[in-house]
Amino acid sequence: MSEPVALKLTAKDFKSDQEVRWCPGCGDYAILAAIQQFMPELNIPRERTVFVSGIGCSSRFPYYMNTYGMHSIHGRAPAIATGLSVSRPDLSVWVVTGDGDALSIGGNHLIHALRRNVNLKILLFNNRIYGLTKGQYSPTSEVGKVTKSTPAGSADAPFNPLSLALGAEASFVGRTIDSDRKHLQSVLRAAAEHEGSAFVEIYQNCNIFNDGAFDQLKDPSTRDDYLIRLEHGQPITFGADGRFCVVHPPGAFGLEVRETASVRPEEIVVHDATVTDPAYAFALSRLPGLDLRNTPIGVFRSVDRPSYDSVVQGQLAAAKATVTETPEQQLAGLLGSGDTWTIL
Amino acid sequence: MTKQIRQLDRVVIRFAGDSGDGMQLTGDRFTSETAQLGNDISTLPNFPAEIRAPAGTLPGVSSFQVHFADYDILTPGDAPNVLVAMNPAALKANLADLPRGADIIVNTDEFTRRNLAKVGYQTSPLDDDSLAGYVVHPVALTSMTVGALAAYEVSKKDAERSKNMFALGLLSWMYSRPYESTLRFLERKFAARPELVAANVAAFKAGWNFGETTEDFAVRYEVKPAKMHPGTYRNITGNAALSLGLVAAGVRSGLPVFLGAYPITPASDILHELSKHKRFGVLTMQAEDEIAAVGAALGASYGGSLGVTTTSGPGVALKSETISLAVALELPLVIVDVQRAGPSTGMPTKTEQADLNMALYGRHGEAPVAVIAPKSPSDCFFAALEAARIALTYRTPVILLSDNYVANGSEPWLLPDVESLPDLRVEFATRPNGEDGTTFLPYLRDPETLARPWAIPGTPGLEHRIGGLEKADKTGDISYDPANHDFMVRTRAARIETIPVPDIEVEDPDGDARVLVLGWGSTYGPIGAACRGVRQRGLSIAQAHLRHLAPMPANLGEVLRSYDKVVIPEMNLGQLAHVIRARYLVDAISYNQVRGLPFTAAELETTLEEVLKNV
Repeated sequence: MSEPVALKLTAKDFKSDQEVRWCPGCGDYAILAAIQQFMPELNIPRERTVFVSGIGCSSRFPYYMNTYGMHSIHGRAPAIATGLSVSRPDLSVWVVTGDGDALSIGGNHLIHALRRNVNLKILLFNNRIYGLTKGQYSPTSEVGKVTKSTPAGSADAPFNPLSLALGAEASFVGRTIDSDRKHLQSVLRAAAEHEGSAFVEIYQNCNIFNDGAFDQLKDPSTRDDYLIRLEHGQPITFGADGRFCVVHPPGAFGLEVRETASVRPEEIVVHDATVTDPAYAFALSRLPGLDLRNTPIGVFRSVDRPSYDSVVQGQLAAAKATVTETPEQQLAGLLGSGDTWTIL
Repeated sequence: MTKQIRQLDRVVIRFAGDSGDGMQLTGDRFTSETAQLGNDISTLPNFPAEIRAPAGTLPGVSSFQVHFADYDILTPGDAPNVLVAMNPAALKANLADLPRGADIIVNTDEFTRRNLAKVGYQTSPLDDDSLAGYVVHPVALTSMTVGALAAYEVSKKDAERSKNMFALGLLSWMYSRPYESTLRFLERKFAARPELVAANVAAFKAGWNFGETTEDFAVRYEVKPAKMHPGTYRNITGNAALSLGLVAAGVRSGLPVFLGAYPITPASDILHELSKHKRFGVLTMQAEDEIAAVGAALGASYGGSLGVTTTSGPGVALKSETISLAVALELPLVIVDVQRAGPSTGMPTKTEQADLNMALYGRHGEAPVAVIAPKSPSDCFFAALEAARIALTYRTPVILLSDNYVANGSEPWLLPDVESLPDLRVEFATRPNGEDGTTFLPYLRDPETLARPWAIPGTPGLEHRIGGLEKADKTGDISYDPANHDFMVRTRAARIETIPVPDIEVEDPDGDARVLVLGWGSTYGPIGAACRGVRQRGLSIAQAHLRHLAPMPANLGEVLRSYDKVVIPEMNLGQLAHVIRARYLVDAISYNQVRGLPFTAAELETTLEEVLKNV
């Protein structure tokens, strides 16, 4: 294939003429700006890019992108996008969803899209609250969350979105934060390059109903001790001067955080997103507690697996390759197949 | 010995046995042989939802009825002339349907004390006089089959399982059927196990020869070919015809067909059939649930495919929200509902036409769609093409209401000439349609069809956003303007209401009928047969059948008002009758049955004669 022509698009080309209507101060603005700035580097023509969303604040996203887009119904974006992607492998299809949309009403479609490895880039804006319906707890809210629908505190345990995605056989799993544009774009870049489903959780602040949910990861005085920035091929250390590290203690099932000074250098886990066994990425996803300490961000997992789209299109291509007749001739043959009889 | 040959004009045979006895296959083969001979045919399979209900019990009885004649027939027949009962349960479950004098062929090997007790027979009906009114032919089907296969290298179990072929051989002899197609079928079916081909062929021939030699069957029958239009025919079920119609819609539109489906009785066979036709570019996806199935189909339609989803009533309920989205997005979508007896799981293998209200009204908001219904198995082919035509031309969801009776029933189908099928080609939008020459208005409508442009992703310069939020006229931008919403709701209604559909035709050979029978969907055959019966008694009656239920034919009101009385038979509690009364202020008489079975022509005939008495 010849080298694609540089399209010389800019962030402005991806801005639609619609007025953005999120609450002032919403984390969605930062994500929108970061994505509009990032899209030109993919060098994919705007008309071949499609954003499909469900329902919720984040799902207004497609209206603001000057690409093709569909704002669909609650929870169903992965299903609709699956039909589009598998029938149109020439398109770059992105799903924008939220914690309620993807993990509550649409949980089934999310896990099956990931299991199939449909060629979708799924961006889950996680603010741990229902914003558009004005402040009920979500499936990622912490236990005991006091909201309008749970005045005595919520009684149900939350999902860990990355653990869920890994359990659903996701081939690409990453996490990033709305306020860190550079990091967000680096994770999107890796997701865009991935063949198959790429699942990216984006921590997003809802300044109206759940303000400050991720402050420890953003506050300069705490973030270095809370955030683990995963880099492929690098030992996993974090905190000021790398004073913490991640190890796999002999006999333990998972990973644990230690003071770097207390372990031998070779005991520190070297991050490898291509590990086939999802247990490794799963162990990473279990490091943080609800207080957000030890929160890894970056690409947890990126493994090669044939996409659903390529397998299905391969079957179609193989079947069509045997055809020598016109479609009308083929149809006449099909209609007249089996036991027939002729009346003169 | 030479047997007497008697000519008949029509015969109804019912094969009945345990669900493991292969009765569907036996009936299917007999039907195929009969089709080869050139009789007109209509069939009715009737089987339990359980794959293997407890052996020998009444709930486990599976049957297949075939009606064949030397003239054109409309139904699988009200009452069998011949019952083949493979065990006591099959006899007991079907005896009430037999008229006195009918032939009963029973497999005596299964009439053991234990099997009789299972279905509550104190003594064997073969030994007392309870079957005195019938012509009973006791045949040791199982042991004769096993005996005939003694020299073959098959297990006793496989030999016993071949008894259905013995029965088929016997019936094929009785009715002088050509059996070459059955021998070819057995060779194909058991290609991997030649010993089973040999055993089944031997069992078939043993049954045939038994008929020829035994004195119990003194008469052999012939039914001459029916006078049918010249051409090439095949026997076809509704589900198969519907699948071929969807393939044909793909060919005639030049679009790839995308089927999203979740397995559900009695629609799954459409998914199975379409998954075989990848060389036509038909893409099938078995989705994780009914909602994903319609969602994926809608996503594919958005991308320029003919999106289709196939299901039954419970599935349509789950798809309802997505169908409303398709109404708002104004994209083509075909939803096939193979109706079954409800509510809830109901009776999944039994027929009903009680989803009409759901098809017409079962969505939130004002969400009109087009609705059409096939009248017979082969008509499913043309109904599928018509559903695709409306969906593609008018950019709307179309619900196709099939039902279990037409889906699994079969009839001869005169194969159409491919070139005569409707041209379904559509044009995608390729350039801006705004007055300034640069703007694209996704909701600027074609003044004739009221359809909006179909601008598929990948088209440069037409990037736009659509969604479930109310849209401003022309621009498609989000709009909460009261006048715009009122306009859009009325426009969506008008879009459907103004789709041109053919006028309804009335069949009234005498020309002076004062009573009209109006039907829709699969009741066409029984209503037609009942009307013939009424006319044979010298009475006049008119028949009209609705194919388009939304929108309805423009002349319908005028037709209804020109009769003194209108009778509407339905396999529901009067859903079409409600619509007719509301729309046309016609005092229609509703006649209803919801037994999971098609109407019999005889009971309809009685009902119609009662109405005629009071005109």
